[in-house]
Amino acid sequence: MLPLFLLVPFVSLLILNMLRGRAARRIAFTLVSVVALGQIVAVLWPPARDLPATEPLSAFLALGLHSDSLSQVLLLSIGIVVMAAVAVGRATLSYDKHRVNFVSVLLLSLAAMNGTVLLSDMFSLYVFVEVTSVCSFTLVAFDRTRDSLEGAFKYLIVSVVATVLMLVSVGLLLLVAGGTSFDAVANALRNGGASPLARTAVAAFVCGLFVKGGVVPFHGWLPGAYSTAPPSASVLLAGIMTKVSGVYGLIRLTVSVFPPNAELNWVLLLAGAVSIAVGAFGALRQTDMKWLLSYSSISQVGYIVLGLGCGTPLGVAAAILHLFNHAIFKSLLFINAAAVEQRTGTTNMRLLGGLGSRMPTTSLTSTIAVLSTAGIPPFSGFWSKLVIVIALWQSQHYAYAAFAAMLSVVTLTYLLTMQRRVFFGKTAAHLLETREARLGLVLPEVALALVTTAVGVLFPWIVGTFLFPLGGIR
Amino acid sequence: MEFNVALFMFLVIAAVGTAMAGRLLHAVISLAVVSAVVSVVLFHLHAPMAAVFELSVGAGLIPAVFLSAIGATQRLTPETMQDRRREILQLYWSLPVIVALAALAMTQVRLVGLPTPPAAAPPGDVRTVIWNLRHMDLMGQILALLAAAVTVVVLIKELEHEH
Repeated sequence: MLPLFLLVPFVSLLILNMLRGRAARRIAFTLVSVVALGQIVAVLWPPARDLPATEPLSAFLALGLHSDSLSQVLLLSIGIVVMAAVAVGRATLSYDKHRVNFVSVLLLSLAAMNGTVLLSDMFSLYVFVEVTSVCSFTLVAFDRTRDSLEGAFKYLIVSVVATVLMLVSVGLLLLVAGGTSFDAVANALRNGGASPLARTAVAAFVCGLFVKGGVVPFHGWLPGAYSTAPPSASVLLAGIMTKVSGVYGLIRLTVSVFPPNAELNWVLLLAGAVSIAVGAFGALRQTDMKWLLSYSSISQVGYIVLGLGCGTPLGVAAAILHLFNHAIFKSLLFINAAAVEQRTGTTNMRLLGGLGSRMPTTSLTSTIAVLSTAGIPPFSGFWSKLVIVIALWQSQHYAYAAFAAMLSVVTLTYLLTMQRRVFFGKTAAHLLETREARLGLVLPEVALALVTTAVGVLFPWIVGTFLFPLGGIR
Repeated sequence: MEFNVALFMFLVIAAVGTAMAGRLLHAVISLAVVSAVVSVVLFHLHAPMAAVFELSVGAGLIPAVFLSAIGATQRLTPETMQDRRREILQLYWSLPVIVALAALAMTQVRLVGLPTPPAAAPPGDVRTVIWNLRHMDLMGQILALLAAAVTVVVLIKELEHEH
């Protein structure tokens, strides 16, 4: 079954580009929607994973893929965010040819992201992270405006540095371990992890992943890239792509490859805490919705890295849960921004106000996403942040636990400010004629709001069924 | 030893030439030369199949993707070309100096205690390596090339058609 996560988007891409013309335009969005929906069903419904019809194909195409709870969470997040991006693309991309091109990049991204989360080799990880990054550059520059091209170029240049670091690291790990599979590298690091060569390799790879994930101090490219990309691309980038190309790698290597390492945990804790602060205080100063949400992403990624830095199974589980939650509520917030931009022509908060009465569904779903991001019960973000704080406390990182809890107040401040300036208060005169967003945007808004609420409300069930198995906790 | 030094110098000159070329076409040719020299190095290190791949991909396929993108750009006028050359010189005049100093420093460094790298796969085993051991990398390479092709179509060819 696992090879299908790669092959289905790949074959769909080939079919789409073989058809081209009117036929391609007709089926493009349906095709990628079916592929993403199939992925969600395959993850959530275990019998779909073991369909007898797929066994001969899986045996024939034994690509050496590996799946565990972490991969499943990522596959689910990828499926959901791609579905959301498709809906936004359908509602916002007007030119037919752009739609086919967008879907082509989307299918490539899907194959690359699925590959990234299913493989178990350092060099293959590097290759698939690079393919994901190339798709990201294309998505950022998709509109070909001056700002989007500049955003993509900055991202490309910074990303090249990460590429070099990761490739050098893989070379050094090959020297140290004699192979690049996760098992070989893990064994070598366990036996000779203190050697300068091994430490340099680990440091270089972690730095590369920090760049790809937009972790401070390598976050400079992120706000420009997220906010200048077209709305559908912003949803995909902020929701999942940079998580897969950066944060997933950090979690995977910490869990499966790197041996327990106090120094690495110290670096993760520090980088996570600084990211939370820089992202949160950066967001406070923004006057544009998309820029504010971009800085908020840096801050939320900081929480994930902080959870990972605990070095305990609970911390890892909390980081994975927050990654999933962040994929959902940040995608929702970017869809809300897309809805506002579509109806008012701007995301500049100085020019907005009182849209709540004109766009009630967008306003309500935005409120849910804001409360979830800020860690207010009963939404999903509350639980993941709470578990992160508990994990920090249990691992005796009391100062970091207090810091994470306090910075949640700053998160609430900047997000409520955004909510007040955009949706609350008296409607500005020039916005009196504004109507609710198109159904194509309202539907994913409602769906993602329901997911973030359901994960929060059902958390007592989720904690035993999913969360503890994620961290290998019995 | 002299052969290695000559190869290294040729590699460095071609790489610096790629960064400092005024015309995109010249940059692509210099880059292809870099790949060709790297493939000679790989031959020299008894990795003939890796060398063949480097030659076919680095000096063949990738320049082809670049050329398809360059084909959609406009040729610079002589005046803008001169400005471009001046700009490149202002930006990168120090690059050859830095590279020369780095090369000199590298000849003085003696790395001790480095583990021996694993032996390159013998030519007969390359099919096994590609199809049985590194098939995910092959899949990744195919996706990377497709991503490059789609990017050229999305960002450059469509623009050409719209104009």
